[in-house]
Amino acid sequence: MVELSAILILLALILLLALTFLRRKSPPTFRAIPALTRLSRVIGLSVEDGTRLHVSLGRGGLLSGRGGASLAGLSMLRYLTERTSVSDSPPVATAGDPALAVLTQDTLRAGYQAANAEDLYQPTTGRLSGPTPFSYAAGAMPVLRDENVSANVLMGDFGPEVALLVDAAERARVPTLGGSDDLPAQAILFAAAQEPLIGEELFSAGAYLGAGPAHAASLTVQDILRWALVLVLLGGSVMKLLGMI
Amino acid sequence: MKVISAAFAIAFGLLVLAGYFIPALAPIQAVLIKWAGILLAVSALIGVFNLVIVHGEKIRSREKSNAYSTLLLISLLLTFVFGLALGPGHPIMQGVVNGVILPVEASLMAILSVTLLYAAIRLLRRRVDVMSVVFLLTVLLIVALSLPFAGIPLLGDVLRPWITQVWAMGGARGILIGVALGALTTGLRVLLAMDRPYGGK
Repeated sequence: MVELSAILILLALILLLALTFLRRKSPPTFRAIPALTRLSRVIGLSVEDGTRLHVSLGRGGLLSGRGGASLAGLSMLRYLTERTSVSDSPPVATAGDPALAVLTQDTLRAGYQAANAEDLYQPTTGRLSGPTPFSYAAGAMPVLRDENVSANVLMGDFGPEVALLVDAAERARVPTLGGSDDLPAQAILFAAAQEPLIGEELFSAGAYLGAGPAHAASLTVQDILRWALVLVLLGGSVMKLLGMI
Repeated sequence: MKVISAAFAIAFGLLVLAGYFIPALAPIQAVLIKWAGILLAVSALIGVFNLVIVHGEKIRSREKSNAYSTLLLISLLLTFVFGLALGPGHPIMQGVVNGVILPVEASLMAILSVTLLYAAIRLLRRRVDVMSVVFLLTVLLIVALSLPFAGIPLLGDVLRPWITQVWAMGGARGILIGVALGALTTGLRVLLAMDRPYGGK
């Protein structure tokens, strides 16, 4: 089993490097994801009408298995900060894990630096809203109500507490776009959010928003590995049916 | 300097990853993860400091709901001082956890169930498509078949397990495989510094 995991990771590594640095003849085409299409519109509206985006990154600890979703959320935060940092109301980011909150501040600063607007950066826009799931949700809810927010972007590791955040946004008449790596949270977002991201769509945002060749390559790697797994699962089923294993 | 720090981060990241597959590297991996744990503990203090600054700013600028911020800071200060003086195992500190934090979180959990019901009702108003209808019908069916008086033989014994253990389980596994592959490629991108959302330009 360990050998299989090592082979899978090695294969993903080689494919990722090859596809990132390989020059493509034509740009990659992706299926439309309504949430990400709407996100592009929301960014423009936020800058134009002087409102701010609330980006919440969940509570996925970086030493836990949930860190991948948090890293995807940080990539999204970086992208949004670069594009909205010069607006009257820059984005505000909340996190439910202390280490993630520190990285949130660093990511916001990096976004301002990349947009050559470092002097506009305010450290208080990156916040730890609470260290436990419900205190995190309770701490993030007033941001939606009190801070002139025009869109609520939830990307990271959330649990059922995400329902409270979406409900608070609904009450403040703020649209929510959200994705989580947690199954119950995905079901809640499907039912409650205006634009939910299901499954791996959480990790594909960078490729859709044009964040660089590495993001597009990682999407292709995911597709290749998914098909390989599908073939392995089907092959295993057929072999079992034939009594070969 | 940034190149050196990135090189160190990549080297140590790969070392920790390799530790899962090469037993000889496991002790080094354990030490590095221990160091990371210490850094994360320090970041908890920084996080609390950040919380104090944000709410202090709210009080100073007399923002809306600054009374809550005042209450939060007073509670934080008292808990911190008593926690340091008495220790986390002291009955008073245990009383604070069992008498304040747990009931508040339980109340939020109760609100959650109402919120979810409300969200399900609003779903068809917000998004009318096949998937929303299937989602709602499945939820209603599973809830109905879970009721104690719904012990109708064929429905409770056959239909419910068939939906939850075949269709739902299959779908959940598919979603989880997608999430795992997404997390894997995201982790590799960050590990190889192809995507570094934090840490400057």
